[in-house]
Amino acid sequence: MNTDMNPHGTAAGHAQAGAPDQDDDLALRVTRRPRPGHWLAVLAAALFTAWLAYTVIVNPHLHWDVVVDHLFDGVILEGLWVTVQLTLISMAAGVAIGVLIAVMQLSGSPVLRLTAGAYTWFFRGTPLLVQLIFWFNLALLFPVIGIGVPFDGPKFVEWQTNLVITGFVAALLGLSINEGAYMAEIVRAGIQSVDPGQREAGASIGMSNRRILTRIILPQAMRVIIPPFGNQFISMLKTTSLVSVIAGADLMTVSQHLYLANFEVIALLMVASIWYLVLTTLASVAQHFIERHYTPGAAPLRRRVLGDLVPGRTGRAQGADRTPAKEGAS
Amino acid sequence: MSDTGTRTATPPAENIVLSARGVRKRFADTEVLKGIDLEVRAGEVLCVIGPSGSGKSTLLRCFNHLEHIDAGRIRVDGELIGYEQHGPSGRTLRELRPRDIRRQRERIGMVFQRFHLFPHRTAVRNVMEGPVAVKGRTRAEAERQARELLDRVGLADRADHYPAQLSGGQQQRVAIARALAMEPTLMLFDEPTSALDPELVGEVLGVMRDLARSGMTMIVVTHEMGFAREVADRVLFIDQGAVVETGRPDELFTDPRHDRTRAFLSTVL
Repeated sequence: MNTDMNPHGTAAGHAQAGAPDQDDDLALRVTRRPRPGHWLAVLAAALFTAWLAYTVIVNPHLHWDVVVDHLFDGVILEGLWVTVQLTLISMAAGVAIGVLIAVMQLSGSPVLRLTAGAYTWFFRGTPLLVQLIFWFNLALLFPVIGIGVPFDGPKFVEWQTNLVITGFVAALLGLSINEGAYMAEIVRAGIQSVDPGQREAGASIGMSNRRILTRIILPQAMRVIIPPFGNQFISMLKTTSLVSVIAGADLMTVSQHLYLANFEVIALLMVASIWYLVLTTLASVAQHFIERHYTPGAAPLRRRVLGDLVPGRTGRAQGADRTPAKEGAS
Repeated sequence: MSDTGTRTATPPAENIVLSARGVRKRFADTEVLKGIDLEVRAGEVLCVIGPSGSGKSTLLRCFNHLEHIDAGRIRVDGELIGYEQHGPSGRTLRELRPRDIRRQRERIGMVFQRFHLFPHRTAVRNVMEGPVAVKGRTRAEAERQARELLDRVGLADRADHYPAQLSGGQQQRVAIARALAMEPTLMLFDEPTSALDPELVGEVLGVMRDLARSGMTMIVVTHEMGFAREVADRVLFIDQGAVVETGRPDELFTDPRHDRTRAFLSTVL
């Protein structure tokens, strides 16, 4: 291969992988081409960022002392805890709903598919803000809720809707049901990414559909599900701030309450932002480790695919030949 | 040879493992199986050959009810596969409950063209999956059995590798071990070497040859005429959804009775 390449390269052409004592080509050093435009862009970006930070940090109207004072304020921490709870519970419920809807959507029954389709259509198609306000005001539609025989049959237990649907409960309902619609699509894509042969292999050793789903399909679907799930989770951490419109008592709500009292709007928004950043950063780190957990065979697979692309030593030697040849031609 | 009396009648029928009678199957507008009759005795190795699209893989998939049939009966060990007689005078066939279908599949091992190992489980966990999840064996017991089986297919040292770390031939041998772990009475092979690089075919055929020698009843859909000739007790040639002819390999390969068989063999031999 190397000898074939020689006539085509220029004199400065080739770093020799195969033939060590060819000629003085070995003494050549490979350098990068200078890129002045790149360094200019870096400089501009750095200057702009520094200036922006400077104007914020030394700004006399931004009261950093107030920020520091409120960062660990009890009220703020309570709101933070509510935000965490809302996120965890509605994501868990969202996943449960999502798996159910996805399985319905992939079922053989047209009725189940239609029901699932209608669910996603409706809850993805209307604004979450509208849904939250709707759940909070459920009492206007159903003053009393209870358990009993459907279609106006006798009731066994009944509650005043306004007592059951607190801000927190309305927030959970709205967030979970809305998240379920998005998760359904994510889970469906995940399930469909698994080779149908996996189902047959499971069936051929006598596994039930449920076992095939939980032991064979879903674990493999995870690889496709986890990255968008991480996105949804991080998005949810911040979306919970919407519940401030229904007295959700979350981080955003309590921040608002505080600045409406002391007029330190920017400082308290800073406090809230800092905590949201802490939460999303933690979530990103967790996502990284979860992704790694669900790709046990991935690293060797990647190596194998690359191994196929670069079959043997000859292939690699060619690559080594080509790259410096391009540099040398410049 | 009536529909009901499979166990009596002619002498070789006494230890019949699989019998198919008038099996028909259509996909939309095309009838892919046009009334297949077939019997396989215990310990017999039947190789099914035929051009692609002849229906041989579909037939195999009917034997463990991965495909529905439209007419006919398939029995394994005398038990109707996938269906039960139903209705007045039992003249209709109704699909079995999922639980019963699963119980039947436990006894019928299947090896697929593209292996279909579970990629998120190591080789030994692939083999353990059936015994643990279906038969309710303890993990320890299942693992001991799985390692024995992997040893039998020559992969004891690969037990803890993931499928992506194994060659195609090794994956297929794990797949055979996975099917054997259910202790089947019948093994179905659906073109087990068609997805393999040529140099890996031999190791899989070797395992299948050993399995045949151990007395396993096997139905093998294959394009490996050499294997069919050497290992099969009987070869079945299918074309356009119908059995053209069946016979001992030495007869069928050297002196086929039908022109279609002759024409097919001339293209593959």
